[in-house]
Amino acid sequence: MVDGPIISARDVDFFYGSFQALKGISLDMRAKEVTALIGPSGCGKSTFLKLLNRMNDFVPGARLSGEIQVSGRSIYGPDSDPVSIRRLVGMVFQRPNPFPKSIYDNICYGPRLIGARKKADLDIVVEKALRAAALWDDVKDKLGKSALELSGGQQQRVCIARALALGPEILLMDEPTSALDPIATAKVEEWIKGADLSIVIVTHNMQQAARVSDHTAFFYMGSLVEYGPTMEIFTRPREERTENYITGRFG
Amino acid sequence: MFPFGFTLREREIRGALALTIIRALGLGFLGLMAALVAYLVWRGLGAISWEFLSQYPRESMTAGGIWPAIVGTLWLAVGSMAVAIPLGFGTAIYLAEYARPGPLLTVIRLGVNNLAGVPSVVFGLFGLAIFVGFFGFGRSLLSGCLTLGVLTLPTVTAAAEEALRQTPASFREAALALGANRWQAIRQVILPAALPGMLTGAILALGRAAGETAPIIFTASAALTLAPPESMFSEVMALPTHIFNLATNGTRIAATRPQQFGTCLALLTLVLGLSLVALILRARLRKGRKW
Repeated sequence: MVDGPIISARDVDFFYGSFQALKGISLDMRAKEVTALIGPSGCGKSTFLKLLNRMNDFVPGARLSGEIQVSGRSIYGPDSDPVSIRRLVGMVFQRPNPFPKSIYDNICYGPRLIGARKKADLDIVVEKALRAAALWDDVKDKLGKSALELSGGQQQRVCIARALALGPEILLMDEPTSALDPIATAKVEEWIKGADLSIVIVTHNMQQAARVSDHTAFFYMGSLVEYGPTMEIFTRPREERTENYITGRFG
Repeated sequence: MFPFGFTLREREIRGALALTIIRALGLGFLGLMAALVAYLVWRGLGAISWEFLSQYPRESMTAGGIWPAIVGTLWLAVGSMAVAIPLGFGTAIYLAEYARPGPLLTVIRLGVNNLAGVPSVVFGLFGLAIFVGFFGFGRSLLSGCLTLGVLTLPTVTAAAEEALRQTPASFREAALALGANRWQAIRQVILPAALPGMLTGAILALGRAAGETAPIIFTASAALTLAPPESMFSEVMALPTHIFNLATNGTRIAATRPQQFGTCLALLTLVLGLSLVALILRARLRKGRKW
């Protein structure tokens, strides 16, 4: 799989009980790109994001049809394992949610789950992950401190580093800056633009989508209305609903 | 004029009135507590001495001390937690983390809540029938611990479940998203975060177990023992039943008045001490945790 899509969804319907949250979603995302999912609240963009690492498995009454492939492998097939999928597809949440542990132990949480024990190995993982999250210089002298003592923006980057420590191919970000101030937001956005992996980001912030993403998908009422290169979506949308949304006529 | 029909002045008066009433209630409660403690200290302090705390009773309980009752109460309290904590924490984890909403959950929760409201003498009779009689443990430390364990189980369970529910869902999400399975997320992230609250509930239940009388009258308590308990099958003395015996069954009820109040004071100190330990423990474990 060199040129194939990293994520490929085909005819995905998704239900919470009798409520249909997603209707026939099909889209392909390219490797190493940033894909933004936009749309008004309740449009299904977060639901779709959480399907990509099977975080909806825990919702009672959830039901899916259609197919989703990550790196060419079906993630809802009979022999797919949600735990290993979540190691391949990392996730960063809306509010920074570091564990009430030290920075070091936060980063090591994932690697330790898969059996990493040696201090020397973990030290390397921690430094690599924190460097990749552009946080190393800020915290290298206080790795033993509780992650909860950091600022909100730093906490969110600890969460990014924690996800990166597992070496995922894809990082899902669910409105990762909505709880951050503008300066911290800028830092996270800068990180996203420079990151060397595939990123899917849900955002309410149109400017953010325009700034950081290569492709943008517009969701509305459970359907995928329009999907294409971000430049085109924001300059010449084909659909009137897309245009109304991005120009702020509803949302 | 404000939109809700009150003038600013009216609202001020109402606010001040409410504050006064609430303050009076709080002070009244505090006064009641203080009066109770002061009375016990006044009547009991004279009886307290090193001898009283460290010796066995002598001369029909009119002399000597309450040492075996202190030891027995501590054993009973700790033993009851050895029963209630594993069962209660296990149930709480099931209820908070695994149980799906449905009839089963409703029934279990109903059971826990109702169990908490059952009078303690009923637990005493239950213990007599089941542990003393049916299982043949006799009147013993073991039967007493089991009975008190069952008695405090709902308190321990409810407090632990509440503590588990108060840990942010985002911790669980984060652990799962990093490839933890459900049990790993619970054991490594949720339990450590909830433990201060869970232990606080358990220590408060321990205090309650130490103070209960009715459940151990039939199941564990002896009027007088002359040696420390040899095993789980020994009868033990305990502070609350000692007070009860001195005040109702003794041959010299009036002559043991100082001992009665002295024992009350000792029991109260023990229970308040345990609550204090709970407070300190919680404060220490919570240090550096804000969420």
